[in-house]
Amino acid sequence: MSLSSDLKRITRSGLINFYRNTFVSFASVMMMTITLLIIGATIFMSAILSFTIANIERKVDVNVYFYPNAPEAQILDIKAALEQLPQVAGVSYVSRDQALKDFQDRHQNDYLTLQALNELGTNPLGASLNIQAKDSEQYESIANFLSGDETIDSGVNKNIIEKVNYYQNKEIIARLNALSNTVKKIGVILTVIFVGLSVVVTLNTIRMAIYSAREEISVMRLVGAENKYIQGPFMIEGIVSGLFAAVITIIALFPLTLWISKYTVDFFGGLSLVKYYGDNFLQIFIILLLVGIVLGALSSLFAIRKYLSK
Amino acid sequence: MIYFNNVTKHYSDKDLSITNVNLTIKQGEFVSIVGHSGAGKTTLIKLLLAETKPTSGTVFFEDQDIAKLKGAAVTTYRRRVGVVFQDFRLLPNKTAFENVAFAMEVAGRSDEDIVTDVPYALELVGLSNKAYDFPHEMSGGEKQRLAIARAIINQPEVIIADEPTGNLDPAATNEVIGILKKINDLGTTVILTTHNKQVVDNLGKRVVHLENGRISKDDKVGVYPTHHTK
Repeated sequence: MSLSSDLKRITRSGLINFYRNTFVSFASVMMMTITLLIIGATIFMSAILSFTIANIERKVDVNVYFYPNAPEAQILDIKAALEQLPQVAGVSYVSRDQALKDFQDRHQNDYLTLQALNELGTNPLGASLNIQAKDSEQYESIANFLSGDETIDSGVNKNIIEKVNYYQNKEIIARLNALSNTVKKIGVILTVIFVGLSVVVTLNTIRMAIYSAREEISVMRLVGAENKYIQGPFMIEGIVSGLFAAVITIIALFPLTLWISKYTVDFFGGLSLVKYYGDNFLQIFIILLLVGIVLGALSSLFAIRKYLSK
Repeated sequence: MIYFNNVTKHYSDKDLSITNVNLTIKQGEFVSIVGHSGAGKTTLIKLLLAETKPTSGTVFFEDQDIAKLKGAAVTTYRRRVGVVFQDFRLLPNKTAFENVAFAMEVAGRSDEDIVTDVPYALELVGLSNKAYDFPHEMSGGEKQRLAIARAIINQPEVIIADEPTGNLDPAATNEVIGILKKINDLGTTVILTTHNKQVVDNLGKRVVHLENGRISKDDKVGVYPTHHTK
């Protein structure tokens, strides 16, 4: 008998069984839906986690303050040089005038300070560069670059840079790095635990379904059925359950994320789960589909092996 | 065709065992095996179906030592033997047609063969009008006739019927035995285990008596022993 004909019979038989074993199929689909929802939730959790960490990391930056008399052209040269560095995500230039304006805005209710500033007659503030690194662990090398002398004419730079605030922030940055690494690790552990638990639950559900069919399996063996004819249809049933569960999950996630988003956008620093879901719909759908199919097929395979061993 | 050579099978539960059984069954025979519950009838059947192995002695199916069959050889062997059980052992989620077709599918028969042979087998057992019924929609007699249709579909060399009438009323019993006789007339060897005196007496065929795991009597044309009747 050809392979395609075998496959056709096994698939047909599996589909018919899925349709006829209404209650068992329904229970398996429900359990797998719960499993996939948990896996979906872990996907969202890790999204929230990385978004939050990225958000915090964005708030860490290094400022280079220049003396008021530093020539603008030279500062822009340094900016250009910094932008060439692979570690640097972005550099923004705050001119002396902008710095003054920011200062005035900040102290607009502080009459005494503004008056003191006016009495000076000139702008006492220097320009500054605000540097953001791609990764918070790279600030040290950027700071070293600034204080070092590899590419920029150090003699001149030393004369115009008043201070680099990395060294004041160093401690905070280090602590933040440690924190975000810990949070990432916890995220991975939680994911493994959740996924592991849900796999066990699915495995047991399918095991119960197959247990209820053990008589049937023994009859099949007595009729002289090879293992593939016994195992195959059960695996197809498992796969179909996984497919249904994936589709139900993917549909259920829309109202769920919409509802959660309503309450959590502000809390998660602007991350809208429903938007994230929409943007990553295809990837999430494929992940859930694959997990559903593999889980269904493997659970059936493992669960039925016991009855085929004789 | 079938040879039990000095076969002993002991379980931890002594009641079910058989001791030093020698039995030869020829092609085309209709053999009834009778005896009390626990006399060893089922053990004999299990040995024949390669469901269990003898403690000592050998069971041959033609030149094949059944105990030595392994893996795929067991499934191939089982397709040469049709089995009918007291509790029918039908596949509950398959229709009558599909139950019979399943046995053909696993034997690797083509779809064309299935479409022609299954209705023929159903007709032979009088179930043409029940082809699309599920087992739970059928009477005991109908279920057993369906089980027979499944057992004969791959033209096995021997049909083993283990208490096939145990759950049936007299009318259904007669139908089932009638079909088995018909199959035997067509050349298939039939091995029947039964408790039913009337069945054995009416058959007028070979009867093997099992008592406490031993063959106590083997008559060419036998009747049910009176002391066995409950």
